[in-house]
Amino acid sequence: MVSYVKNLISGNLKGKIWEKLSKFLQKNPQNPSGTSKNVRLSPVSGSRYFSELKKCTIIPGDGIGPEISEAVQKIFDAAKVPIEWESVDVTPVRGPDGKFGIPQAAIDSVNKNKIGLKGPLMTPVGKGHRSLNLALRKEFNLYANVRPCRSLEGYKTLYDNVDVITIRENTEGEYSGIEHEIVEGVVQSIKLITEDASMRVAEFAFQYAKDNNRKKVTAVHKANIMRMSDGLFLRCCREMAKKYPDVKFEERYLDTVCLNMVQDPSLYDVLVMPNLYGDILSDMCAGLVGGLGLTPSGNIGINGALFESVHGTAPDIAGQDKANPTALLLSAVMMLRYMNLNDHADKIQHACFDTIKEAKYLTGDLGGKAKCSEFTNEICRKITQG
Amino acid sequence: MSVIARNVNRLALQVISSSVRSIHCTAANATAGIEERPDARTSCTLIPGDGVGPELMHSVQEVFKASGIPVDFEAYFFSEVNPTLSAPLDVVANSIQKNRVCLKGILASPDYSNTGELQTLNMKLRNALDLYANVVHVKSLSGIKSRHENIDCVIIREQTEGEYSALEHEGVKGVVECLKIVTAKKSLRIAKFAFDYATKNQRRKVTAVHKANIMKLGDGLFLKSCEDMAKLYPKIEFEKMIVDNCTMQMVSKPQQFDVMVTPNLYGNIVDNLACGLVGGAGVVAGASYSANAVVFEPGARHTYSEAVGKNIANPTAMLLAASKMLRHINLPVYGDMIRNAVEKVIRDGKVRTKDIGGQSSTQEFTYAVIANLEIPKAAKAAAV
Amino acid sequence: MTSRIILRAPTALGRQLIRGQHTMSAFEMQHKTPLTKRIDPIPVAMYGGRQAVSMLPGGGIGPELMSYVRDVFKYAGAPVDFETVDIDPNSESNDDLDYAITSIKRNGVAIKGNIETKSKSAETLSRNVAIRNELDLYVNVLHCKSYPGLPARQKNIDLMIIRQNTEGEYAMLEHECIDGVIESMKVVTASNSERVARFAFEFAKRNGRKKITTIHKANIMKLSDGLFLETSKRIAKEYPEIEHNEMIIDNCCMQLVSNPHQFDVMLMTNLYGSIVSNVCCGLIGGAGLLSGRNYGDHYAIFEPATRNTGKAIAGKNVANPIAMLNAGIDMLHHLGHVQHADLITKAMVKTICEDKIHTPDLGGTAKSTDVIQNIIDYILTVDVRPW
Repeated sequence: MVSYVKNLISGNLKGKIWEKLSKFLQKNPQNPSGTSKNVRLSPVSGSRYFSELKKCTIIPGDGIGPEISEAVQKIFDAAKVPIEWESVDVTPVRGPDGKFGIPQAAIDSVNKNKIGLKGPLMTPVGKGHRSLNLALRKEFNLYANVRPCRSLEGYKTLYDNVDVITIRENTEGEYSGIEHEIVEGVVQSIKLITEDASMRVAEFAFQYAKDNNRKKVTAVHKANIMRMSDGLFLRCCREMAKKYPDVKFEERYLDTVCLNMVQDPSLYDVLVMPNLYGDILSDMCAGLVGGLGLTPSGNIGINGALFESVHGTAPDIAGQDKANPTALLLSAVMMLRYMNLNDHADKIQHACFDTIKEAKYLTGDLGGKAKCSEFTNEICRKITQG
Repeated sequence: MSVIARNVNRLALQVISSSVRSIHCTAANATAGIEERPDARTSCTLIPGDGVGPELMHSVQEVFKASGIPVDFEAYFFSEVNPTLSAPLDVVANSIQKNRVCLKGILASPDYSNTGELQTLNMKLRNALDLYANVVHVKSLSGIKSRHENIDCVIIREQTEGEYSALEHEGVKGVVECLKIVTAKKSLRIAKFAFDYATKNQRRKVTAVHKANIMKLGDGLFLKSCEDMAKLYPKIEFEKMIVDNCTMQMVSKPQQFDVMVTPNLYGNIVDNLACGLVGGAGVVAGASYSANAVVFEPGARHTYSEAVGKNIANPTAMLLAASKMLRHINLPVYGDMIRNAVEKVIRDGKVRTKDIGGQSSTQEFTYAVIANLEIPKAAKAAAV
Repeated sequence: MTSRIILRAPTALGRQLIRGQHTMSAFEMQHKTPLTKRIDPIPVAMYGGRQAVSMLPGGGIGPELMSYVRDVFKYAGAPVDFETVDIDPNSESNDDLDYAITSIKRNGVAIKGNIETKSKSAETLSRNVAIRNELDLYVNVLHCKSYPGLPARQKNIDLMIIRQNTEGEYAMLEHECIDGVIESMKVVTASNSERVARFAFEFAKRNGRKKITTIHKANIMKLSDGLFLETSKRIAKEYPEIEHNEMIIDNCCMQLVSNPHQFDVMLMTNLYGSIVSNVCCGLIGGAGLLSGRNYGDHYAIFEPATRNTGKAIAGKNVANPIAMLNAGIDMLHHLGHVQHADLITKAMVKTICEDKIHTPDLGGTAKSTDVIQNIIDYILTVDVRPW
């Protein structure tokens, strides 16, 4: 028990120093308040690379991954996005320590490019393998998971006014992985909340809301029960809210959010929350708009950002040109926005939404009969024409 | 660290002491009787709760009075937000133990306590009475417009351990640890409760909701307990579902669920989610069971404090909870009477409170229910 | 709640067992006491004061008697929910039986009629015996008490029969060694004898009984019944306040019919128990009155004392419902619902002793339903107890 606390502290010390350093660097006469204006501290942000051809890592993934990745690349070509893809494989290899892990080449690529797009990965079931998603998250310190859920016109669900963004703390909380059996039949899991991580994700949420012209940030918590841990998270959000006076801030209990969300999703805008709640709520919101096949997802980290589709690998339809590339495409659009390539992003997004709205070329999961390639071609056509 | 050690001890002791009760041994005789009331009327503890609770309780009492139900209420004001007026915990707990039934509104749990205490009053009451199983029966009511139809599922939630153990501490500044305790004993107990509930109510399927893919030990233990218990119930189908998938399925295809058994936090989420699907916190009733006592309360715990005094809250949940209570205490005729009246009022749709799309006040709704009561002819029928 | 716990508290033996188990850590139990059987008890199916109980109607008159029990319980407001498990008597497979046993394991308590076993093959265990063995219900208790006003040979009898329930002659180990020679084994073990003896003394102590008589045939079966007798003598030394004597089974039967008042608590092995129970039932008025209780460390089953199916009178509305009702009352006592039990007892005694509504087996002309109706009427006039 002592050892993990030590680990924890050392991690935080680093974090703290790093944070102070970054704050120090950003303090300048034009910005006397000292607030960091932009949480994305990676060199990607800003317009420096705007006109240049930007390298971007792509992890096609397993199952339907390769075909939908190809579709996305094709669409990007059509839209003349200034991106050069660097495809890597993340099939686990046995490392020097004898454990299976992500190949170094893949890690290097993402570290170098600072940005990546990832298809669905199959996590081998069985012992000794950590989930690859988890490994990637750890490797690149992806602390915030962003999932915009928006009702798509043309695909009818029971909810047609959904437009929420869930932002989830991704590194600690209930998924800290610290568990042990105290005596037989009694297991203790530890939920860990740190000020640094909470601050980090809160700041990201507010910055995101501001950048994307969102009106309101809702902190989802259960501080009436978990008074200290969720209390800390909530406190961090409140502090951060003061620094963003133009974004409205509210606090809601987790259960209230669940209740209201299924009754009237339009009550919420941007939601920020700890790990487990985020996991549950983001999937629920995806359910509101029609499943994981339509929701993009992005992971923002200190060492870079990874955008991914969170649906499964669908091995049953792999290679049959039946898969729906929308989730990955929208994730890629998110990536473009992250890279400040907003024009391209808008163009692709419109083309994609229009195609779905027209409902002429829909894939099987949306109730259509079109092939993946037909769907892709239609989007490309719209981009080149429009 | 010593704090955890002590608390863990306490928890472990609880588990051990509770096991004594669960052993079913040869009680050769039973000389000492439990204290039962000599008269035919039943008494029931009443906790109005915070927020709109008192208004809703008033509505229940009016209905009881109007139909002459032989139940006497022992009311206690019990509140965390107003500690000076609140009755002491042990008094309330004793009353519930004596009466074995309680009708309770929702207690507000503030985010922080004045004394720095981590346990909320709700938690304390649950622990004092060992109210381990929370049952929320979510059923679509005809007449309430909602997106999904024909929902009929029961969510059973363990509510004495897990994330709600109130074992939290700040080891280093800015780092808070919150312990989630899962024990085999309590997991087995709740699993058995769920299966017994399913058996008793002719349900077909039990779904265990978990997150054992991430929390392999903690939720793993819960899941294993459910699997073990499932073997004793060969006639009931058992399936497991990961909590995030479960919420997604819930909003897209809620009809697939029957009985669900969940650990503490997930139960809270699924409860509220399901309530939202059928019309909100105002129309779903729930109950918390211990071995000896039951506390009937609304299914989703919201105090609706913004409506206090406005006479707009929906008393349906509380009335349905009271109806369940009557069934439990062998007064099913009265229970059905109230339930039918409430359902009829909602189905007719003339009198509706604000939350289900009407303009009527709490009082109007209550009077409408009273007007629709079909009072059984003979009091004797009560026993049938 | 505390009163409940005391009520359901086990006998001293049980308590010792529990204490023994829980002063040891799980680790110690696993590594230092390899012989301790670790049976994790299944939690009792009692929720919010309502207890789920398995109901095994069995064959013959079982189903109708059970419906009477249900009715009476409903009117008396007993907080008990029944889970009915039917066992198909014609089926050769034991699936139903296994399910019934599982159901009892879950609920902890059952009320049961007599279950038929169609199969005549020697390998097939009687289903009743199978249930008792599977659940380790090692003791059977029969309280034999006269009803005043009933036609019976002997008046004012009040004795208890405590019977070993799982071994002895009922081990069902029989085989034909050579043609025409059949061996039937009678198994007596020290551990089971001790359990049942301890139960008897503990029971006598708790119920204020003065004397225990061990019934045996140790003059002939020197080893097997000898062991049983020795064990009970040994245990008797630990209870100096309770008088202990012994009696040979054949003598016992004679004494029972001539002077039953000399007996208080009787302790015996399986077969003798079966004989003595039936004798006692006959003494006070027939098979339709008394109930028996089967206890184990974890489970309890309540049934009519004489374990007869009563096929001949099934469906004729003449069976005496009192025995099964008594089993139900025993169950209510076991579950701690003393008030409900007393209420039903009172109604029953009034029906038989004062109103003299008797079924044909007691020399009356009333139908079963008349008896039940009278009981229910009484319950309703005295006290409508909703809860």
